Amino acid sequence: MAPPQNRRPGFSRKAQYGLFATYVIAVGGVAFAALLLVISIADPTGFNALRSAGAEITAPVARFFSSIRWTTYDIGKNISAYFDAASKNAALTREVKKNRTRLIEAKAIKTENLRLRRMLGIVDDTPEVVAVGRLISSTGSSSRRIATLSIGSNYNIVSAQPVRGAEGLIGRIIEVGPTTARVLLITDAENLVPVMRASDGLPAFATGLANGMVVVKPINLGESPFKPGDIIVTSGNGGLYPPNIPFARVLKKTVEGALARPMADPSNTPYAIVLESYQAPARAAQQAIIPDGKTETAPE
Amino acid sequence: MKIPVVTALRLPLRPGREYETRFDREQSTLKMLAIPIASITLASMITTLPILVAQPLLPPLGLMMLLGWRLMRPGLLPMWAGLPFGLFDDVFSGQPFGSAGLIWSLVMITIELIDARAIWRDHWQDWVIASTLIALALLLGLFIVGLAHSAPSSAILLPQIILSILLYPLIVRLCAWMDRWRLAT
Repeated sequence: MAPPQNRRPGFSRKAQYGLFATYVIAVGGVAFAALLLVISIADPTGFNALRSAGAEITAPVARFFSSIRWTTYDIGKNISAYFDAASKNAALTREVKKNRTRLIEAKAIKTENLRLRRMLGIVDDTPEVVAVGRLISSTGSSSRRIATLSIGSNYNIVSAQPVRGAEGLIGRIIEVGPTTARVLLITDAENLVPVMRASDGLPAFATGLANGMVVVKPINLGESPFKPGDIIVTSGNGGLYPPNIPFARVLKKTVEGALARPMADPSNTPYAIVLESYQAPARAAQQAIIPDGKTETAPE
Repeated sequence: MKIPVVTALRLPLRPGREYETRFDREQSTLKMLAIPIASITLASMITTLPILVAQPLLPPLGLMMLLGWRLMRPGLLPMWAGLPFGLFDDVFSGQPFGSAGLIWSLVMITIELIDARAIWRDHWQDWVIASTLIALALLLGLFIVGLAHSAPSSAILLPQIILSILLYPLIVRLCAWMDRWRLAT
């Protein structure tokens, strides 16, 4: 459609000034937005309150649709469970029988492990569950991978707590609102997770590629030691993420490390479990001496 | 055929339709203004629905709705409209705040410049303009994310760009349908 007449104001001074004013406001708007952008790049947490407010307003709708989604998912699962119920039952009974002896052995090993740990004086720091929520939305159109959690500071969630699903690590909390929180997923390019290979404890780092995959880079130099099928778990280095949370499975060996697929799929995780930060007291003590972002050396 | 009960239930705020004059009626100003604004803001808020995707795949619906209205009805939205709509989108998109405010403002100015040169356009040309602007906006958005944080490679945007381009005609149809509703008397 052709532009309307008001773009050609003719001889009317008022119309001419009006048109000119919209041009000035538009260019001023660009400058204003650029200024806001510079502020938010310099201080990424600066507009947290605004984003939290946005998430809070839309959370009821998102929760509603999320519960509908999981209800229909459960109905589908229940119906499909009826097919081949008899043969499935028989197979499961066989498996239970087979696993029972293994379970007893595992229990014995666990007890032995506990006794050995006590003998060596290792303090076992098992991660405590803070709260359990649901992922109700994600940044579907942005290249950042951030999900919204259905619970917030009303369940004592604070920033930097790790979040895991039943299958494995999901991410960590970066912003907390009154009843929602934002989770930086492990597939975000910004999220750096200290990990290790489950079989031999080979230390590595993982970063996201923002396409549902992560890159695992070993700390040691040299040729990539990974093989397809290797299981990667968190190592607990540097605090924050507790050790031995399933993280990813290696798909392909690359020049710098390996391409891996995370165990937990945020779109298919019914519950997101928020854990206490690993070694939080140690981290707090370290922060008291040298806060993040400070380069001064510690006082003697 | 009139159903008497339904007619009786109607609140007596104004005379019934059958007694109203049928010509020289005016559109509701509220509807004329609210429908474009509400459609663009609601499209921006779609990201808060439980759509959990592993990679950026959801088209930038707010931007596409803005482009749809702007290209279909030039003169409806003022040139500076990119700023308020963009800042509202930033609240929900997860991008650094101000990113869409900047990009959408630039998009509106670009269309204004195109309008001054190519006056009579058909739907295909509008589609090409919208496709180019959406692709550029997404790439610029990724660049802005890269300024603030470590960003992934731009190849991950390809599926999202293709999906957005294919979805654009549908958005324009939606705008046209809402436009009929908006201007109905």
